[in-house]
Amino acid sequence: MFNYFANPTRFLRLTSKLQPIAMVVTLITMGAGLYYSLFQSPPDYQQSETVRMMYVHVPAAWMAMFCYVALAASSAVVLIWRHMVADIVAKSTAPIGACFTFLALATGSLWGKPMWGTWWVWDARLTSVLILFFLYLGYMVLYNAFDEPTRGARAAAILAIVGVINVPIIKFSVDWWNTLHQPASVVKMDGPAIHSSMLTPLLLMAVGYTAFYFWVLFIRSRAELSAYKVRALRIRQAEG
Amino acid sequence: MNVFWKVFTSLIQREIRLAIRHGADSMMVVMFFVLVVVLFPLGVGPEPGILTRISAGVIWVAALLSAMLSMDRLFQTDFEDGSLDLLILTPQPLELLVLAKTIAHWLTTGLPLIIISPLLALLLNMETSGYGVLLAALALGTPTLSLIGTIGAALILGARRSGFLLSLLILPLFIPTLIFGVSAVDAALIDLPSKPQLLVLGGLLLASFALCPWASAAALRQAAE
Amino acid sequence: MAEFTGNNLTCIRGERVVFAKLTFAIGEGEVLYLRGPNGSGKSTLLRLMAGLLRPVGGQILWNGESTLENAKTYRDLLHYIGHQDAIKTVLTVEENLTFWAEMSGVDPAKRSVGEALENFSLSHLASLPARFLSAGQRKRLNLARICASPAPLWLLDEPANSLDKASVGVLRSAITAHQEKGGLVAVATHEELSPESNVLNISEFTNNMKAPKENVA
Repeated sequence: MFNYFANPTRFLRLTSKLQPIAMVVTLITMGAGLYYSLFQSPPDYQQSETVRMMYVHVPAAWMAMFCYVALAASSAVVLIWRHMVADIVAKSTAPIGACFTFLALATGSLWGKPMWGTWWVWDARLTSVLILFFLYLGYMVLYNAFDEPTRGARAAAILAIVGVINVPIIKFSVDWWNTLHQPASVVKMDGPAIHSSMLTPLLLMAVGYTAFYFWVLFIRSRAELSAYKVRALRIRQAEG
Repeated sequence: MNVFWKVFTSLIQREIRLAIRHGADSMMVVMFFVLVVVLFPLGVGPEPGILTRISAGVIWVAALLSAMLSMDRLFQTDFEDGSLDLLILTPQPLELLVLAKTIAHWLTTGLPLIIISPLLALLLNMETSGYGVLLAALALGTPTLSLIGTIGAALILGARRSGFLLSLLILPLFIPTLIFGVSAVDAALIDLPSKPQLLVLGGLLLASFALCPWASAAALRQAAE
Repeated sequence: MAEFTGNNLTCIRGERVVFAKLTFAIGEGEVLYLRGPNGSGKSTLLRLMAGLLRPVGGQILWNGESTLENAKTYRDLLHYIGHQDAIKTVLTVEENLTFWAEMSGVDPAKRSVGEALENFSLSHLASLPARFLSAGQRKRLNLARICASPAPLWLLDEPANSLDKASVGVLRSAITAHQEKGGLVAVATHEELSPESNVLNISEFTNNMKAPKENVA
């Protein structure tokens, strides 16, 4: 199956079919999710209306990690099988993941001000997400730092794989470092501890974010493929 | 095994010999370390209370920056003069050779930093109770910095603006070492046990010992292609 | 009976096809000359043979076994001389040579650093830091590596560049001696280094290339 989709032409055909689907799913789930989270869900008894920040913040943080795992996985494929499509997926994922990470940090900060009275706390969760953001930036910078594109692709892929160690650290930072730091004030979302009236919009938003990722991914990777074709043509032109 | 060991030691010997004959490199790292630390009393004012409070952090940040600056030549010269190709082509695993180079690098840059650090702690008015833990934390932390640094040093080979790029890549990866290194010393300064932090530093060292040579070797093979 | 072969090798550098469907074979005691205009991929082929590059298609075999799969044993068998000389200028001539002989992991009894220096007339320079060497002397020091520790396969990239007539003679006799011991040589050069038995013209494999469609990540 893997080899089947690794063919650029087939990939192009597949994505051109999936792209509108991803778009429709994004618009529907995000629209419904926003409606539910802003109008239908109850205010929190402690946090009152500010709890609505959760519906943009938490899925963004999830996507930040999801994108990184996707980036690392496709980077592994780049290194092992050297498939062009994996490279394109990795390259296209990085900026999207960086944006989600930035969104998570920014919304978290906006949420933190009314809740904790400060924009930023140097606890394990925030610090590790900040490192994630730097990893995304490092990936993109390294990717473009070489004259020869394949060299940049592989160097960046190695960095992406090394950085994957940060993902479990983010995930478990709130559990691991309770003792070393102040008890984390970051929302703890242990699944069922949340009422369904809040869970529904949250999950809707999560699906919306994921679909949005794929939508943008398809657009970006199609653009990358076109850019690749242009380069191939130029090379052929140079060779006469 | 015997052959491995022989190759391992002769690579370390050669690296140290190179560092000694070049001379200036280790000296520059130490000088940079001292200068950065000296900037802080001048920047935040010479009030002893404040300096005592920030001493551990300043020393660690300075150590981090010095370690980073010393990294960029680690593979660069081998890459430029063709030695890297030959190292890859030796029958020994490249991971092992990377480890040997890392050890030599730490001996010539990390170790001098540790040796000079009590003097800097003195300049920053650190409480005497922190000295032992500072040395222990640096001894556990600086090899980790060297190991992580090798990945960056291998990734940037042949890149544009490689020195700058290196810092962008590895400084974020240095953050955990910094956090636990500083908090170990801070704990000792307020008479709390610093063993947990030192254990985490040891854990970081073991983890990077296991993972970093592998990643750097992969990066070096890519660079040689 | 040693045999070194490559089947259907295709190599892509950057995004350009260097050569495709290239096939070669070197038998025991044979020398393969790589010919072709500059930039035709002679160095690339040698790096491919050494295992520094991975081919996009095809495989390289030593006695019928893939060199990539048995990389560790295969690297025991070869000497590679590239364009760069891998000389550390602050180390002495002898230290440079001894280091690479040690790195080869060959039994110290089988090494012959002194003899190699003697052959390439570097003995009188042995304790001199390498930064004082001329271009020709550096090249000789680099070439001395192949004699300092034994290996059956020599991959030489322009070994005769910046060598004077006498040194080319030394190289020629080294290659002849190597052949007599059953050694294999692949060499990219314009010089006559031994009676030409075997010539591979790379430009035959570079024409009519189409840009690759896949597998170039």
